[in-house]
Formats: sequence, C-alpha cells, structure tokens
Amino acid sequence: MHRRVLAGDRLIAAFFIGCVLFNYPLLSIFDRPAEVFNVPLLFVYIFLAWAFVIGLMAWSVERLVK
Amino acid sequence: MLEPPVVIVVSLLYLGLLFAVAWWGDRRADQGRSIIANPTIYALSMAVYCTTWTFYGSVGRAAVSGIGFLPVYLGPTLAMALGWIVLLKMIRIVKANRITSIADFISSRYGKSHGLGGLVTIIAVIGIIPYISLQLKAVSNTVGLLLGYPEIVMPHRSAAMTVGADISFYIALILAAFTIVFGTRHLDATERHEGMVAAIAMESVVKLVAFLAVGVFVTYGMYNGFGDIFDHVEVREEVRGLLKAIPSGDGYTGWFSLIVLSGLAILFLPRQFQVAVVENVNEAHLRRAAWLFPLYLLLINIFVLPIAVGGLLHFAGQGVDADTFVLTLPMSQRQEGLTLLVFIGGLSSATGMVIVETIALSTMVCNDLVMPMLLRHNRAALEESKDLSGLLLGIRRGAIVVILLLGYLYFRLAGEAYALVAIGLISFSAVAQFAPALIGGMYWRGGTRGGALAGLSAGFMVWTYTLLLPSFAKSGWLPGDFLMQGFFGVELLRPQQLFGLAGMGEIAHCLFWSFFANIGAYVGVSLLRPPMVAEATQATLFVDALKDTGQGGAVLWRGRAQVSDLQELVGRFLGPARAQSAFAAFARRRGNSDDVTPEADAKLVQFAESLLAGAIGSASARVMVASVAKEEPLSIEEVMHILDEASQLRTYSRELERKSRELTAATLELQAANERLQELDRVKDDIMSSVTHELRTPLTSIRALSELLRDDPKMHLPDRERFLGLIVSETERLTRLINQTLDLAKIESGRADWNGCELDLKEVIEQSIAATSQLMREKEAHVEVDLPDNLPLILADRDRLIQVMLNLLSNAVKFLKQGSGRISVTLGRRADGLEVSVADNGPGIRPEDQQLVFEKFRQVGDTMTAKPSGTGLGLPISRRIVEHFGGQLWVESAPGEGATFRFTLPFAHAQQVEVSPDTAV
Repeated sequence: MHRRVLAGDRLIAAFFIGCVLFNYPLLSIFDRPAEVFNVPLLFVYIFLAWAFVIGLMAWSVERLVK
Repeated sequence: MLEPPVVIVVSLLYLGLLFAVAWWGDRRADQGRSIIANPTIYALSMAVYCTTWTFYGSVGRAAVSGIGFLPVYLGPTLAMALGWIVLLKMIRIVKANRITSIADFISSRYGKSHGLGGLVTIIAVIGIIPYISLQLKAVSNTVGLLLGYPEIVMPHRSAAMTVGADISFYIALILAAFTIVFGTRHLDATERHEGMVAAIAMESVVKLVAFLAVGVFVTYGMYNGFGDIFDHVEVREEVRGLLKAIPSGDGYTGWFSLIVLSGLAILFLPRQFQVAVVENVNEAHLRRAAWLFPLYLLLINIFVLPIAVGGLLHFAGQGVDADTFVLTLPMSQRQEGLTLLVFIGGLSSATGMVIVETIALSTMVCNDLVMPMLLRHNRAALEESKDLSGLLLGIRRGAIVVILLLGYLYFRLAGEAYALVAIGLISFSAVAQFAPALIGGMYWRGGTRGGALAGLSAGFMVWTYTLLLPSFAKSGWLPGDFLMQGFFGVELLRPQQLFGLAGMGEIAHCLFWSFFANIGAYVGVSLLRPPMVAEATQATLFVDALKDTGQGGAVLWRGRAQVSDLQELVGRFLGPARAQSAFAAFARRRGNSDDVTPEADAKLVQFAESLLAGAIGSASARVMVASVAKEEPLSIEEVMHILDEASQLRTYSRELERKSRELTAATLELQAANERLQELDRVKDDIMSSVTHELRTPLTSIRALSELLRDDPKMHLPDRERFLGLIVSETERLTRLINQTLDLAKIESGRADWNGCELDLKEVIEQSIAATSQLMREKEAHVEVDLPDNLPLILADRDRLIQVMLNLLSNAVKFLKQGSGRISVTLGRRADGLEVSVADNGPGIRPEDQQLVFEKFRQVGDTMTAKPSGTGLGLPISRRIVEHFGGQLWVESAPGEGATFRFTLPFAHAQQVEVSPDTAV
C-alpha cells in the first residue's frame, strides 16, 4: 500500500511539473525565433519537455514493479 | 495499384481482418483466455483517441497555426498522470455498480435518476455528432482524392448534390453496418466487448505505423531530415512566422484551454470512457497505460510539423487542402504502396473512433433514453413480454444507424466550413460539460440531482449558443448576422463575444462561459437543499469507492421479493438461459446451491438489479426490480444508519484484530512469566530439599548420640562427656543453620533490616580479627595485617559487615593446617572504593569450584577426609551483603596455593548518588 501511495504521489508531482512546463509563462521563454540544429526552438523544447514528463511517469510507476 | 477496385477490395479485406481479430478476441474471452488482459493492449486501445483528426487533421492544423496542434495531446498526457487517481476511482465505481456508460455513471451517482441519464445522453449524442461527421468528412475526402489519382484534385461538393450521389452517405451506411455487426451481436450484462478492444488495439498499431511511414518518407525521402525541412522554410516568410510562435490568434489562453479541454476529453469522451473504464480488465493495467499512451501520442506527433511544412512548401499555391497533406504528399511522389498504407491508416483511425463511439452512444441511447421512455409509456407491454433481449439489441442497432446519419447530416450542413480539428474541438467542448457533475460527484458528497441537472443544462445551453449555433451560421445554414449583432440585435449577446468578452478564441470563450454557468449552477443548486435519501446513498458509494475494498458494501434495500419473479425479470432482458446460469452461479458463490428459498434476500435483489443495470441502465433496472419486489422505503436516517453500521463493522473488526494481537502478546508474556514461576518454584524446591537435608544431618547425629546415652546408662564418663560435647556443637550448628537460612531468606526477599551508616572499614576489620583471635590461637595460625590509616569512609551496616569479615576469617582458619597456617588481611584503596582481601595458605580451591562456593549449601573441599563443619550459607550471605552495599565479593585461588577472598565497597560520598532507597534508611 505504501508503494502505491508513493507512485500516486509521484504521478501527481509529474502532473504539476507538466502543467508548469507546458504553459505560460515558462513556454514564453522558448517562444522566440531561435533554432537548435535548424529546428525551431519551441518545437524542440516542447518535445523534450513532453518526453521528460512521460519518462518521469514511467519511472514513477514502473520502478514499483517488484 | 490505386485503381478504384483495388482500393475497395483492400479496404474490405482490411475491415474483414478487423472483424476476424474481433471474432477471435470474443472467442478467447468466452474460453476465459482473454487476449486483451494485457497493459500494452489496454494502452493501445486508449489510442482510439487518435482519430482522423490526428491522422489528417493535425497536419492541417499545424499548417495554419504551427505548434498549435499540440496542446490537445499535452492535455491527455497530464490527465493520464492524474489518471492513476481519477481513472482508478472511476473503474472501481463502474465495476462495483455495473455501470456501462457515462450517462449511467452520472445518473447512478445522483440517485439513479432517469432525467439526468437522458440529459447526459442527449448532450453526448449532440456533442459527438460533429466528431463523427469529422470522420465521415476525412474518409470521403480521402476516397475522393484516391479516385482522382494520379491527379490531385480536391473533392468538393455542391449543396445541390443529392444524397444518392454522395459518396459519404454510403460510407456512413457502411460504417453503420460494420459497427452493428461488430458491437451488437449479442447482449452482455457488463457491456464489455473484448473482441472490439482487440481490433481497436490493432488499428492503433496500423495507424501509428502508417503515419510514421509517411513522416519518415517526407522527412528523409523528400528532404534530408528535420534540419533540412526547416532550412527550406527560411525561403518563405509566411511559413517561417508560423513555426516559431504560439499562434497569435488564441495566444496562451487558447493554448491553455485546449490543454484543459483535451485533458477532460480523455476522461469523458464516451469512447474513452468505454475503453479506459468499462473495458478495463485489470486496474493494474492503468500503471503501464499511464505512460505508454502518452508515449504513443508523442510518437504519432513527431512528424506532424515536418509533414505540414513539407506540404506547404511542396504544394505552394496549388490550393491543396492542408488536411490532406498526409495522403497527397506520397501521392504526388507516385508512392502507390505508401499511399495505400496511409489510406488504410486513415481508415483505421476513422473506423476505430466510429465503432467505439457509436457503440458507447447506442448503449446510452438504449439504456438511458429509450428504455426509460418505454418503461413509462409501455410498461404493460414490457411486463408481458417473455424475452426482451431482441428488443434491446434492436434499439441499439437503430441508434447506431441514426447516430451515423446525424453525423452525415451535420457534415452536409456545417462540415465544409470547418477544418477537421475545429469540428473536433466543438465536440470536446460538449463532453467537457460532464466534468463538474462527474468529478464533483466522485469527490463531493453534497452534489445533488438538481445541481447536476442545472449545471449540465446550463453548460450545454451555453455550448450550443457559443459554439454549435455559430458553426451552423458560419456554414450559411443559419443566418449569419446573429453572430455579429447578437440575438434580437442585443450586442451583449453576440455568441462569440458573450457579454462583451472579446479577445479570446472561440474555444477558450466557450470553455470559460460554459464552465462558468455549469459549475456555478451545479454548486449553487446543490447547496440549496441537503441531498435526499437516494442521492446520499449513491454519494457515499461513489465518494468512498476507494475506501471499501472489501466485498460488497452495505445492502440498502428492505422489502420482499420472490426469487422466481426476479429470475424471470432478468430473463426477459438477458434471455432465460443466461438468467438461469447467472442465478445459479450466484447461489453457488454464496454456498447454498441446494436449498433455494423462494424468498429473495436483499443481496439477491441487489444482484438481480446489477445484472439488469448492465443491460438496461441502473435507473431502469431500479424501476424494473421495484415492479416485482415490494420495497419498503428506507428513510434517510435508516440509510445513513446502515452505511454507518457498515463502516462501524469495519472499525469493529479492525478493533477486534488489534485486540486479538494484544491477546496473543499477553499470552506470550504469561507463558514467559509462568516459565519463570516454574523455574523459581523449582529453585525453591531445591532450597527446601537442601535445607531439610542440611537440618536432618545434625538432627540425626543429635538423636543418635542422645539414644546412645539413654540406652547405655553405664557409659564411661569421658565418652559421656564427649557425646554431650558433640550434641552441644551439633545443636549450635543447627541453630546457626536455622539463623542463617532465615537471614538469607530475609535478604533475598528484601525484608532484611539494614542499618546503613558511615563506617571506618579499618576499625571493623580490627574488631573482626579480635573476635576471631581465639580461633586463630587454637589453630596456631599467624595473622598478618596491613591496614592503612585515614582511608575514606564507606556506607554499610556495621554488624553485617562484621558478619562478612567473621565469615571470611573463620572460613580461612577452618582450612588452615594446624601450626603452619598464615592469614593475611589487607585493606587497599581503589579508584571508586576500598578493597579488602583475606588470604590464607590453605589447600586452595579448584577453578571449577570457585563459583560453587558462593552457592547455597555448597561446601567444597575433600568431603571424604574432612567433615563439613560450616553451614554452606556463609559465603552466599556474605556476597549478598556486599552486593547490597554496592560492592563485589569474589575469590582468587589455585589448588595448593591458598585462597584469597576479596571484596570491595564504594566510598560513602560517591555512593550517595547511587544509593538505593532501602540503603538510605
């Protein structure tokens, strides 16, 4: 039970991290004409942040499998 | 390869394959070897979220608003992070109450209300129709494009086109037929469709593979990777502006509303509810799905922007609709195989959505709209009919056809004016209206039926006014001037700038006002009056769903019903054979298969109701069961009492567990105490037997000597004197023995009198030596004394201490050889006290005996030669006395080298701190 609660708390944390990463004002920092290897910065940022959140969620729940 | 017959045959083959997968899945389910009991399949089935909106529409959206296609995938990612909590609770509730749809869920929560279920159904059907028309539009567009191959001609329809000549009409009919065969072949009490889920999961794989194939082809086939595509953008100013900013029209507000909207949609779209909640096999699958499904979304979106940019660059100025880039780019490169794959991928995303959505909607229409009406108006006919399962299936099939035709109608009326994504967002906004009543219902006990009705109605009306009607107006089907001037020319009522709220996108605008009205009405009306019995009951069941993991809850029913009536009732809806086996299984589970009582108890009534709820919805099931069971209404106090009782019972049982744990611990303690007692008892017995033995020896000799004296009066005087001397000494020994035994018993039981005072140890020792000088002289022993002056005082009982010294000295004398004995008494100072040693040059004590001498009645030494003259209690008593005053007594010796007894006593000042209470007296 304790492990489940921990997973739940981690997922909630991932939720809030995602909320912050995917929205104003953090988003506006990357919302400018710049490129990373020719790819627009905003595009790169969102996909990296997205992958990070998914990774966080995967880590949260899969680490608890015995 | 893209000739019409080939396309048609391949499409039909693909649909046939889907059907085969579904059939196989159902078969396996019947055999109990489910193929969908797998977290990956579960996550893939959730990907039914990705429809043609994603497959074709995302690129179209990206071509207009750049990165703006993404928030509708970020929202579900966030929602899945919370899904662990929200979805888990929904799954528990659904399984516990046999809920089959979102309408059933809401109606059941607010007291199994028919009205509420109907309203939710209507909102869902109307709200989802644009979404279904979106699929029709996408499929018919792509079919039209393929028919034009190798040319790329945008299919366009004129309003004058007859229905009979319209290809999308036939597509709607085919999809309807396919769905009917798929989802309504038989009636299941739980409304679960394992085969369908298997097919949906397969479709999710197909559409992902197809989309990635196009993405790779465009990005790496037509261009040289991501960097190269975006490099080309530099040439074209308008495309470049698109890619580097949040779309200016909506801004961050629009972006945020889309995240909220899509996050809600992933929970409340009827098809998502169906696959994620109703079809869930095992709630543990949620764990994998929580990240696998967002990962799927990420993968299917990676190539959206490159394809959009590639299309914009490639088709610049050719008037190709961006919604079709996914298909037209491979077409333009004459990639026939890839084009066909894309078409199948698009077909997958459309059929998947249509199948699940219409099955979910048809269940709702049947259970929450048609059945309640039939119950109200045609009750008599329903009650006469023996088997209604055919009727139920008929209603559902009819509903599927009607829903698809309504989708087609919307497509004809409004579909042309909007891009795919815009149509979908209208639907998202509609289902988002379920959120307050549903989430509120799961976490807030105070929500009432009135509040839910008011909130849903208000939200739905605002949605209709601010989003649905404008969509009709924009397509020219309604006069467009009310958009600009508002109804009745009141500018404040302009649908998309309601009350003058401007500067928002239409979605954000609708979301704000509809939630404002919805939540406001829901909370406001709920707070007007306390919940009624049925509402409070259901509220407890829903809100506490995660708490009660035990079997079943409290049974909130009281009344009388016949088992046969109930079985017949269930049989009418599920078929007699199914009812028979379900009731038999229930009886077996409860362990009374043999004696079937005619009278049904509350649990059986509840079971029957839940069986029916699966088939006709919980509200109708309640009505039907009430028709055969004479229910006595429960008052709210009684209901709360039963619920309280249930929770009290749980508390009691927890209490009981705790008590029994304590009892076990106490038992163990008792056992240990008992063992200790037994041990003590044994020791006491030993002592008693030792004591009696020790007493008997002198007594026996006294008696023997006395008898000798009595029997022989002529005994010579010297003998007589010798005997009398022996009698006297044995008597003395006996007295000493008794005194010492009593003394030891007193010390051991803590009842001894101690007269502690500060003493000069030197004086005590000198006094003791003086007292034993007669003994020494008799043995002609030489005494050496080393007693320094001015040593600190110690705290002890003078008489007791003398007792110790006398004991040690007399012991030493006892073992000395006549004439050559030497005793040395020394007093020394140690760190924390004084040490006294009494050494002799007697025979010594063997190492193995050095502990024994301190045990009671143990006299060591050569018992063969020397008759023991002591009591065997002197040393044990001495040791006790020394220990009582905080010191130690021990012996150092080696055989043949004499023995040295030493004891220590702490200083009086240091001792004041550690003095034990009885010492201080």
